[in-house]
Amino acid sequence: MSYQPSQLRLQREASRRQASRRSTTIALLSTLAVGALLIVIVTGAKGFALVRESFFSWHYALHSFPSVLSGIWLNLRVMIIAEIFVLIFGLLLALARTSKSPVLYPVKLFATFYTDVFRGLPLLLVLLLVGFGIPGLQISWIPNSAVMLGTLSLILTYSAYVAEVIRAGIEAVNPAQRMAARALGLSQTQAQRHVVLPQALRKVTPPLLNDLVSLQKDSGLISVLGAIDAIRAAGIETAQSFNFTPYLVAGAIFIALTIPLTRFTDWLTRKQDRARQQQGQW
Amino acid sequence: MSALNLINLRKSFGAEVVISDLNLGLEKHQVKVLIGASGSGKSTLLRCINLLEEIDDGQIFLDAEDISAVGINADKVRASIGSVFQAFNLFPHLTVLQNITLAPRLVHGISQPEAEEDALNLLHRFGLSEKAHQYPELLSGGQQQRVAILRAIICKPKLLLLDEVTSALDPVLIAEVLSLISELKNDGMTMLIATHEMGFARKVADEVLFLKDGEIIESGTPHQMLEEPRSADLKNFLSALEQAGRL
Repeated sequence: MSYQPSQLRLQREASRRQASRRSTTIALLSTLAVGALLIVIVTGAKGFALVRESFFSWHYALHSFPSVLSGIWLNLRVMIIAEIFVLIFGLLLALARTSKSPVLYPVKLFATFYTDVFRGLPLLLVLLLVGFGIPGLQISWIPNSAVMLGTLSLILTYSAYVAEVIRAGIEAVNPAQRMAARALGLSQTQAQRHVVLPQALRKVTPPLLNDLVSLQKDSGLISVLGAIDAIRAAGIETAQSFNFTPYLVAGAIFIALTIPLTRFTDWLTRKQDRARQQQGQW
Repeated sequence: MSALNLINLRKSFGAEVVISDLNLGLEKHQVKVLIGASGSGKSTLLRCINLLEEIDDGQIFLDAEDISAVGINADKVRASIGSVFQAFNLFPHLTVLQNITLAPRLVHGISQPEAEEDALNLLHRFGLSEKAHQYPELLSGGQQQRVAILRAIICKPKLLLLDEVTSALDPVLIAEVLSLISELKNDGMTMLIATHEMGFARKVADEVLFLKDGEIIESGTPHQMLEEPRSADLKNFLSALEQAGRL
């Protein structure tokens, strides 16, 4: 026999649909009201005509688009390389911080010190110190290109953030899981690799992706070292025309780049929440 | 030759003595059941035997090998002892089949196809075939615990330690697990079982040991222990169980 929802269930679902229609209507109306208010305030401002000319000019947008786009290609490469290294170093730092082996104590101490320092230092400061300090050493085999040093700064800073996220995940795995693995005869390393880490990484995937989104947009900061990325390219265009539209173009491209990852993060979080809520709602 | 021999075992956590001068022998194919109130040292004793706890004094012989000796390879010892816990502790990110084949592949160097074949045979024998590719959270408590037991015995351990394996289960599920353990006894598995479930004692025990404050107060056949207790401590324990309706 096919499934027949009970009268009570039908009533409950109808009432829920009604409630959701009502809240959608309210949300729509309030959004429209706020939007209208914003438009009135902005367009009514005294300097609006000037701002529209210097920030929202189609002419300059089209004109600067090719050079900003070629700049973003650099950002993309920096993002991807930095993300790969950040995940590797972050994982190693997290493992070092959570290790209980006395042999690794100095490594653990270093990892703790490292994450403290690089979570505390503003990225801009790291960029300036690394970008201008390392070339100052005049060591011949160390590359002193702005792109290389900028990427290095991103890796240094974001490894610390990612390490803390992964560490939180490792510590959130029930200790009985490790014990059960050891009781089967798995070594410390095997238990970590096959039992603890897979569970830890699953737990922290959404915050981890969040950090990667943040890294993607911060890749624009390497422009302060003179690397010609999207922001720098936009800056050059602006300097030639005294029109700020190229910055907006760069901003739009950055948003377009990060949206896929943010959407993916949201989707993943929702999926995990759904799995947890399957028992009911409360 | 004994499968397991504990000699003058002592274990304390700080100033609190949990096991004091305990002696226990277990012959091959023998099943002994430890009973006693919570905190009597049953679980700690089992954790000492598979080296999850370090003992303070005494010796533990497994098949005549002193596994309490300094410098022993604990991973290797644990690989030859099966352990099952109250909370199942299945790995939630692995399927039933992957849970069971993890140790054979990583610890015993058995190839994946071979390990899977062994595991599927075992699952088939105990009526869990259709669960092979499911994740543990979809299984009932009794099914999870049976999988945890199969995970512990897949590599034919010299000794199986069961620590309160039915305490988290309702009576129907307890019966499922109990019948699996009876089959293992028929196979000749050497087992040391800590439990609050007197059904275990009646059904599978060759000998029942009553523990109090880390000492064996009384031991005997299930019938002797449950029907004709001698010591006042055991009588008290049994009457408390009876009052709780657990005898």
